[in-house]
Amino acid sequence: MSDRGGGTAEDMATTSVDLDRLVYLTELTGMRLEGPNGARIGRVREAAVAPREHARRVSAFLFGDSRTRFLVRHDQIASISSDLIVLSDDRFVPYYPDDSHLLLDRDLLDQQIVDVNGRKVVRVNDVALRVERTNAHDELWVHEVGVGVQGAFRRLTEGILPHRAIRKLQVRLPNNSIPWEYCNMVEPDPQRRLKLLISHDRLGELHPADLADIVEDLGPAEREAIFETLDEEVAADALEEVDPKIQVSIVHSLDRDRAADIVEEMEPDAAADLLNTLPDEDSEGILEEMEDEPAADVEELIEFDPDVAGGMMTNYYLAVSQDATVAEAVEQVRQDKELARTLTHIFLTDEKEHLVAAVPVGRLLLSEGDEPLKPLAFLDTIRVDLLAERSRVVELFDKYNCYALPVVDEVGELFGVITADDVIASLKTRSK
Amino acid sequence: MALFRKLRRNVALFFAVLGPGFITAMVDNDAGGIFTYSEAGARWGYTPLWTLIPITLALIVAQEMSARMGAVTGKGLSDLIREEFGFRMTFGVMAVLVVVNLANVMANFAGVAGSLELFGVSRYISAPIGAALVWLLVVKGTYNSVEKIFLVASSFYVAYVIAAVMVQPDWEAALQATVTPVLDFEGAYLAMLVGLVGTSVAPWMQFYLQAAIVEKGIDAKQYKRSRVEVIVGCVVMSIIAFFIIVASAGAIWEQGPRSIEDASEAAMALRPLGEYAYILFSGGLLFASLFAASILPLSTSYTVCEGLGFESGVDRRFKEAPAFYWLYTSLIVVGTGLVLIPGVPLVRMILLSQVLNGILLPVILIFTLKLINRKDLMGKWVNSPIYNLIAWTTVAVMIVLSLALAFLSM
Repeated sequence: MSDRGGGTAEDMATTSVDLDRLVYLTELTGMRLEGPNGARIGRVREAAVAPREHARRVSAFLFGDSRTRFLVRHDQIASISSDLIVLSDDRFVPYYPDDSHLLLDRDLLDQQIVDVNGRKVVRVNDVALRVERTNAHDELWVHEVGVGVQGAFRRLTEGILPHRAIRKLQVRLPNNSIPWEYCNMVEPDPQRRLKLLISHDRLGELHPADLADIVEDLGPAEREAIFETLDEEVAADALEEVDPKIQVSIVHSLDRDRAADIVEEMEPDAAADLLNTLPDEDSEGILEEMEDEPAADVEELIEFDPDVAGGMMTNYYLAVSQDATVAEAVEQVRQDKELARTLTHIFLTDEKEHLVAAVPVGRLLLSEGDEPLKPLAFLDTIRVDLLAERSRVVELFDKYNCYALPVVDEVGELFGVITADDVIASLKTRSK
Repeated sequence: MALFRKLRRNVALFFAVLGPGFITAMVDNDAGGIFTYSEAGARWGYTPLWTLIPITLALIVAQEMSARMGAVTGKGLSDLIREEFGFRMTFGVMAVLVVVNLANVMANFAGVAGSLELFGVSRYISAPIGAALVWLLVVKGTYNSVEKIFLVASSFYVAYVIAAVMVQPDWEAALQATVTPVLDFEGAYLAMLVGLVGTSVAPWMQFYLQAAIVEKGIDAKQYKRSRVEVIVGCVVMSIIAFFIIVASAGAIWEQGPRSIEDASEAAMALRPLGEYAYILFSGGLLFASLFAASILPLSTSYTVCEGLGFESGVDRRFKEAPAFYWLYTSLIVVGTGLVLIPGVPLVRMILLSQVLNGILLPVILIFTLKLINRKDLMGKWVNSPIYNLIAWTTVAVMIVLSLALAFLSM
């Protein structure tokens, strides 16, 4: 769907198009088809785009009754005006359903699409096409998709008022439309996806939180399609942001190994929360399919009640020996680049894994590589017990302005870290 | 730890599933419903009780289909109508739905005002406060917790059972009437029948239930639980309706059959029979009205915005979803406003809303049946032939009754 090339010269040139050159789908369906000698042939019932040939050109027009339909190819068209299509020849063939055709009326009108520029799900009210003159004959190219009041008005008044009157009245209404290059269809059927050149790649480029919002607005089949096709890491990031109830239904709908692949890439605490809400057989099945290391991380967390510190923490953090130098700590981060994204503190432990101190990452910038870490640490490291209540955790975060709070057991062994984003998220769900 | 986890999850599941179906059925006994049942009992005594059994069946059939469609397709009813039947049809349905539901909202604010007037609170105080409460409820975004409160407080409906017992009706006659169908082609009797059906199976419920199932994330696998819940909800709703009719028959009809003007009048009639029966009846009315007044405007706004493709949802800000918030606010403001204008014929408007309900319902049910029998949409969850027979019969009866009522009220 849409131009893979993105901002090509052709796109740039068409950002503003003379209204006279536009034909709306509501006008096109029902438009007269005339033969070269002026013979009446029928009325257009459907317009088909073949994305494999051309991203926006209407490749064929269908006419006839509901039982037998006939097809006119784009190169058989001589001219297109606001109420008439004149053909250059009158040879037409019966139409057989063809999966590589995107039928504008059936597949696009009234359906949900993703506006990748506006980052939201919209419902199509109308489609605007523009007349392009090439090789001495007219073609119709999909221009933009109407999702606002103007399109709705055309749908309502079509067939009741003459086209000219509709066009005159509609200019008073806001025209809310999305250029075709930003329209992304979500197609659950993988075969059709291939034939219609629909890809979800551009959804994967959105911010995970935006993608999560989009996914929440779609139907289950479309959600599944997106999570089937996205890169695992992207899918994991987005899944973390999705509403827990919808998370569960998405994971339900996926194959177990696909689900495991995605859960593996999630932060262990988010993964544990997710598996916690799944039925036992599902969560166990997914854990079995997961690689050993991430599965162990998640299993460790899953044992805790989500309302205590142990259930809020993640076990993905950086702890080094209390004798380590700055260079050694930096080396550890380089070994696991994913850590660098969210790292705020490095935790120092003794030989029994007991928490000694926490070093804010920023302080590493002030020191040379061969210096020991310990002098950089806060003297009095705030910590919380594994079984402390959620409210206690929130209190500590507030009082000590924490970014990351280490979680320890009764003898002081470091088990995990609660990060500020989890606290904010939990506060938000509480207040709802 | 594992045991605790399991227990907690089960409790959570219970609340997650015990929600939409049950609440929908409970809200069904709103101010309009209580009025219709009281009126039926006051004027016709125990005779109308037999209708409750077929009504329960029709209600279960209608609601079960909505719930199933929600669980299988994961889409709201207005979304499906839009995708399958196009914009114009959706627009028409939504326009009628807004009018019908506005009348329903008004009826419920009238219920709030009427019940509190029995306790000496002027409607010029109670209705605006009620409206403000309802509005804040959504804008403050605490709907989820309120839903739980409602669920627990659904037990308030027991008030009607106790009130009925206090009235000391003729139980034998009541039970007898429940299993004795009486058809009478007198206009007023027919109108009462249609009213009973119309108030029990309402179009907005079909939209609300399906949307709520979708919103809860219930899928086809968990659907069986929802079906049980729908059935339980419908049966409980009918049992409560039974006791309302019985209470009103015992208190009014047995003293001399007459018509009543609104539900609070039925409560008044209970007064000589005991102060508590009276308080229970009017308390129940207040509660039911507030309940419905909270859910109706919200459900309407969601349904309409989704069908027509406007941004919707209380988690969006006003600027992001202006149509949603405007519609929601207008429904409440206009609904309350109408109650406060002196001389507005409230009873006539409530009756009119029920006629519109009855006209819209067959349309919605026909859409539902067409959608639910589509294999590409529902897969193996399409209706069985027997189920279709029951459902189509329900629709046919509804159409005949609605036409009859429309004819009668002209």
